Amino acid sequence: MAELNTGGGGGGHKGGKVRSKKASTRVDLTAMVDLAFLLITFFMLTTTLLKPKAMDLVMPDKDEKTHDELAVPASRTMTILLGANDKLEWFLGVPGDHPPTTDNYGKDGLRKALVENSDKVKKESGGKDMIVIIKPSDHSTYNNLVSALDELSITGIDRHAIVDISPVEVELLKRDHNY
Amino acid sequence: MPRVKIARKSTATDMTAMCDVAFLLLTFFIMTSKFKADDPVPVAIPSYTKTVVLPEENTATLTVGKGRVFFSVDGDKIRASMLEQVGQLYSITFTPEEKAMFVTLPTFGMDIQQLKPYLQMLITNPEKAKSFQQPGIPLDTVSNQLFNWVREARKADVALNGKALLISIKGDKKEEYPTIGKIIAILQKQKVNKFSLITASRGM
Repeated sequence: MAELNTGGGGGGHKGGKVRSKKASTRVDLTAMVDLAFLLITFFMLTTTLLKPKAMDLVMPDKDEKTHDELAVPASRTMTILLGANDKLEWFLGVPGDHPPTTDNYGKDGLRKALVENSDKVKKESGGKDMIVIIKPSDHSTYNNLVSALDELSITGIDRHAIVDISPVEVELLKRDHNY
Repeated sequence: MPRVKIARKSTATDMTAMCDVAFLLLTFFIMTSKFKADDPVPVAIPSYTKTVVLPEENTATLTVGKGRVFFSVDGDKIRASMLEQVGQLYSITFTPEEKAMFVTLPTFGMDIQQLKPYLQMLITNPEKAKSFQQPGIPLDTVSNQLFNWVREARKADVALNGKALLISIKGDKKEEYPTIGKIIAILQKQKVNKFSLITASRGM
């Protein structure tokens, strides 16, 4: 950066006296300002980006003494069993009603099944919503559960619950080598 | 013809004021930024599409990874009163130094019986304490430890702030469901039916 020498050196050499040149007191601050702004940018970005994000999860009220479970019409339920190796099985109604379908968590897997079944249930029950029950098995991972909930929120199915898996359903998973 | 000379001006601007402002802002951001405490276990959080921003205050986090559970609560006062209450339940009394040390801990995960020796070790030999692997809070229903920690934290928060503590679970992707299921059961046992799962946001 160009900086003119403003102070000192004005006298020249008249009279033969050698005057010591007065050095300019101005310091080039450009580099310092650059650095300061760089750090500001860094701290600004890191402070705002580190806010933890979360999803809310609401579980149905559970009373251990009475063991009352909400009765849901089987015709409107879709059960999703979360198995091992990122596989899942789903079926409509109660186990045994319909053969379970093995699926994955992708766009063409669970999401497609959810949309299709939701439409089907709506048509058959006269406009009522489908109820989805998620049953994670002992070999499914936390990521599987979040993925399944994510698909539900993407497809806009509000009625869902996480329920413990029953032995019958574990057998189903075992039969299809998903446990 | 006389030439009109344009006076050459210096291109240097006075940057003192700009520099002042820049450093003032820098100081502000450095002071206000809170560095994230290291997780005791590596946790890769799953992603979710419709995430909400977690409030910064009044939260408790259960970190889950490799089958181990760690607990952390925001607020020094809540932590101090929680420790005292839980200590009473298991008839362990903590010295003021131990309490002060506990308050500074970002997160912890161990059996209550191990906690006092660990705090002593932190006071006397911090280097050794660093290499100590925390085994996680027991989830069993016999000693009921996680249940008590969560309940006392909630009680302390209500007593001190008059608000309901927001509990969030920060779980590792690969964590098998039973651990998460047990934690959810522990929370539901004390009628905490609404909680948050910490997730990264993902685009559609």
